[in-house]
Amino acid sequence: MKDPVTFYPGESGRGTGVSVLKNKASRRAFIKGVIASGAIAGSSTFLFGGIGGCSSDQPAAGAVERLLSLNVNGRVRRVDVLPNETLAMTLRYKLGLTGTKLSCDRGECGACTVVIDGVSTYSCSTLTHMVGNRQVRTIEGLEGPDGELHPIQQAFIDELGPQCGFCTPGQIMSTVALLEANPNPTRDEARHALSGNLCRCGAYDHYLNSVMRAAQGA
Amino acid sequence: MAYKLIGKNFTPPDLRAKVTGKAKYAEDFRVEGMVFCKMLLSPMPHARVTSIDTSDALAMDGVLGVLTAEDVPAAEGAGESILTNNPHYIGEPILAIAAVDETIAADAIERVKIEYEPLPFVIDPLESLYPGGPDARDGGNVANARVALQTVKWNARDFASVEEGQLPMSGEPQTEWEYGDLDLAFSDAAVVYDETFVTASNSHHSMEPRSAMSYWENGKCFVYGSSQSQSFVVPGLAGLIGIEVKDLVYIAEFCGGGFGSKGGAYAVMAVPAHMSKKIGRPVMLRITRAEEYYLGSNRAGFQGRTKIGFADDGRIIAVDMYVVQSNGPNTGFWDYTEAGAAVSICYQPDAMRYRGIPVLTNTPPGGPQRGPGENQIACVFEPLLDKAARELGVDRLEIRKINAPDNDTIFDGHQSPVTSAYQREALTNGAETFGWVEKSAMSGQRNGTKVIGVGIGQAYHSAGAAGFDGLVRITPDGKLHIHSGVGNLGTYSYAGTSRIAAEALSYDWENCVIERGDTRKHLPWNFGQFGSNTSFTMGRSYHAAAMDAKQKLLEIAAAEFGGAASDYDIADEVVFATADASKTMTYAEAAQKAIEMGGKYDGHEPPDDINPMTTAAVAGVAGSGLVGVAKDNYDISAIPPALAAGFMMIELDIETGDVEILSYTGSIDCGTVIHPQSLATQIKGGAVMGIGLATKERIVYDPQNGVAANVGFYQAKPPSYLDVPATMEWTAVDIADPQSPLGTRGMGEPVMGCAASAMISAISDALGGHYFNRTPIVTDMIVNALAGQEQSHKPLQVATY
Repeated sequence: MKDPVTFYPGESGRGTGVSVLKNKASRRAFIKGVIASGAIAGSSTFLFGGIGGCSSDQPAAGAVERLLSLNVNGRVRRVDVLPNETLAMTLRYKLGLTGTKLSCDRGECGACTVVIDGVSTYSCSTLTHMVGNRQVRTIEGLEGPDGELHPIQQAFIDELGPQCGFCTPGQIMSTVALLEANPNPTRDEARHALSGNLCRCGAYDHYLNSVMRAAQGA
Repeated sequence: MAYKLIGKNFTPPDLRAKVTGKAKYAEDFRVEGMVFCKMLLSPMPHARVTSIDTSDALAMDGVLGVLTAEDVPAAEGAGESILTNNPHYIGEPILAIAAVDETIAADAIERVKIEYEPLPFVIDPLESLYPGGPDARDGGNVANARVALQTVKWNARDFASVEEGQLPMSGEPQTEWEYGDLDLAFSDAAVVYDETFVTASNSHHSMEPRSAMSYWENGKCFVYGSSQSQSFVVPGLAGLIGIEVKDLVYIAEFCGGGFGSKGGAYAVMAVPAHMSKKIGRPVMLRITRAEEYYLGSNRAGFQGRTKIGFADDGRIIAVDMYVVQSNGPNTGFWDYTEAGAAVSICYQPDAMRYRGIPVLTNTPPGGPQRGPGENQIACVFEPLLDKAARELGVDRLEIRKINAPDNDTIFDGHQSPVTSAYQREALTNGAETFGWVEKSAMSGQRNGTKVIGVGIGQAYHSAGAAGFDGLVRITPDGKLHIHSGVGNLGTYSYAGTSRIAAEALSYDWENCVIERGDTRKHLPWNFGQFGSNTSFTMGRSYHAAAMDAKQKLLEIAAAEFGGAASDYDIADEVVFATADASKTMTYAEAAQKAIEMGGKYDGHEPPDDINPMTTAAVAGVAGSGLVGVAKDNYDISAIPPALAAGFMMIELDIETGDVEILSYTGSIDCGTVIHPQSLATQIKGGAVMGIGLATKERIVYDPQNGVAANVGFYQAKPPSYLDVPATMEWTAVDIADPQSPLGTRGMGEPVMGCAASAMISAISDALGGHYFNRTPIVTDMIVNALAGQEQSHKPLQVATY
């Protein structure tokens, strides 16, 4: 029988004893640790997007929020933001805009895609403090004042684009950015423009049908 | 038969919410006073926790409480633990801490002092079968959802063949069946192959991680979860929480993908409920992508071997197969037995022996993944048909048609009949849509460094169940309320099958409302939404409920106007006397009359044979209109098979090993088509997952420490837009299933396996008949094959790059 081993889960990788997640770890040490351990501790992935301050009780210990004016869907919203807060977390937990989804929270899947100054952007990998003077658009900003659907949304309905729907807001926001930059894309251009948006249901064909229908209608 | 609704496209009622961002998934709900919890996950693949000290963590400002294994019901046997001090895989939850915000909860987790005693672990099932080999759990190395935890070790001499790259066929199996005279059939065979194979385990990786939120109010526990199913989840989840079914309110309006991993209740969904009870606050548990990898289950991997004998005309006359299943550490799923059934039905051998054993491993828990067992084995057997076709000089399409199941088919160890089967027609239709004759003539054509390959694949899944309840209600405003307890996994089959009730009651779809997504909406007992079963199972349940409502409409009219119920009929939301045009009443009027008549008509006297959950649902709506409720007591005497064929053309780069798909057609036998647009997106979406299964996805573990190497999307490689063709084609046989009232049955699973096996068939074709006996076929394997080099893995090696 081996001696019992003490693990402090946050400090260890996956049983490798390599310190990877301590805040004061250098970037180099962090990357080395990740390579050595082969995995980042699951429990801490959202740490970097921390939602301190969104609770009704008290702000996160030691965190300093700053009041920021954000332009979201054409409206100026005043919101207290932590230094390390991601735009996805601000949208979801402070502005109530839960249409923007988090699936990987590390820039792999595109479920959190929003449009910032006309460019499709992963909001999980964008600090809210970086977008103070910029125009942010989310899925909630597409409908008209009387709830009429944006032509892209209508096209996604007509072509039965979504399956489970979880990646759909991201797919639509990438389409918004594409069609505003290139109103008449080829199917292959659309395929490349949306290639940062994963869909596990594999609804790609119908999503592309939706994009092409929206482009024809535009 | 011409229908008003069935076979027509429509806009499912939940679609608008999906394109506007208003669709609420579990993590989108907020309640007053909600706090967050984080979990401490095991850093070791198998260990015993020897001490836990949470005092520092609990002393932190904002920390509200800790939940440990002592606070929750313990799992039995090899069941899934909610929290455990005896973790069986890296990432298994040990404890949870709640705090006013998630950052504090995560910081508190870091302050927990915990000691572990590492225990021997196993990644490769064969190691565990070896005498003296490690067991993944205390008390055994073999278990399954249908098999009690037990210990099975093979003899050392059984392993002699492993050195030669062959799976031993002499070791003790956990299950076996046989039919026909195997020895005789093999002696008659013109060609016999004996192949050892490996199919990799891979992660479900649903886009929506299985986050959950929970609170308690007036003695009831509210859970907002992510699940494919609705009513089917409730008894299991109530058990995990330790309450009665009537005290659970379960809300699951949308599910961001499950693929089998969210079919029933699962353990981690109960964590916020237990935490909330302990601290008296609503609790949100957000699951990260990495946590989803650990908790979100895996398709079982296979190490297997088959001997297969062909007659000289290409008929498969004998199969002897053995499957060792990498089960994960818990009960997992019976992929290994499904694989045997799939081979038996797809290829119709005269004689067959099947043996299998599920071996526990310290990898993420196994669970059913789209076509469990059937899709892995399709990837193994379809290339063998190509190999025989080549050797015997038979056309590759013909060899599949010769062996295809039809209405007279019987299969598997039980020699079960099928409701109907038109796989030959599916092959013919698919070949025509694809252009098999022209495209197969291009096989081997070179264009610079690229060579063309074409392939065919097939797959199967049993696609239906019987005996569940249906509940519909006509209210005095004339609306039809279709109470759906099936769930919303994202295929729209909840909506498509609801239209069967509307069709049977001659309703305008505009006047129908689907009640779903929340137990407070009075939902009946329905089967879970998995196993390609909804179109068949719910088709029967809804039809039964609609027929009950129809009979009540006729009786109410007879009570109003005189005569017998049989003197009346329904059409266009009106009940009328067939012989007297003046005697008519609208459904709205009939609903009002039902309330006046009471008794069975408005739900005050429900039938005796329905499930208690349905009885409770009926009680909830009693008095609100005409209530149609019935158990599906229709005859069922056979298995409804979902059968699919896929056709693929690829271009393989002989310098880089890269494979590009030029063309794909999926062809399906799924009975009557309910909703063509949705069927199309299932066929194509299944193909996308199949492409991943064939060439990309697998779990990888460091054999020394048991550490997962591909936790995120980036390493797990689910296919993206650029991995699949920009357009795909589809076709359906569209012949009614005789044991489904409107002829419908499902197809969600084989549409993946037929594409996966078609791709493997096409790659082997491009390589001039090189067969890998391993999935996924990744690029370096193709490069090695092209260079005539040995592969970097040993033939039976698993969980490896």
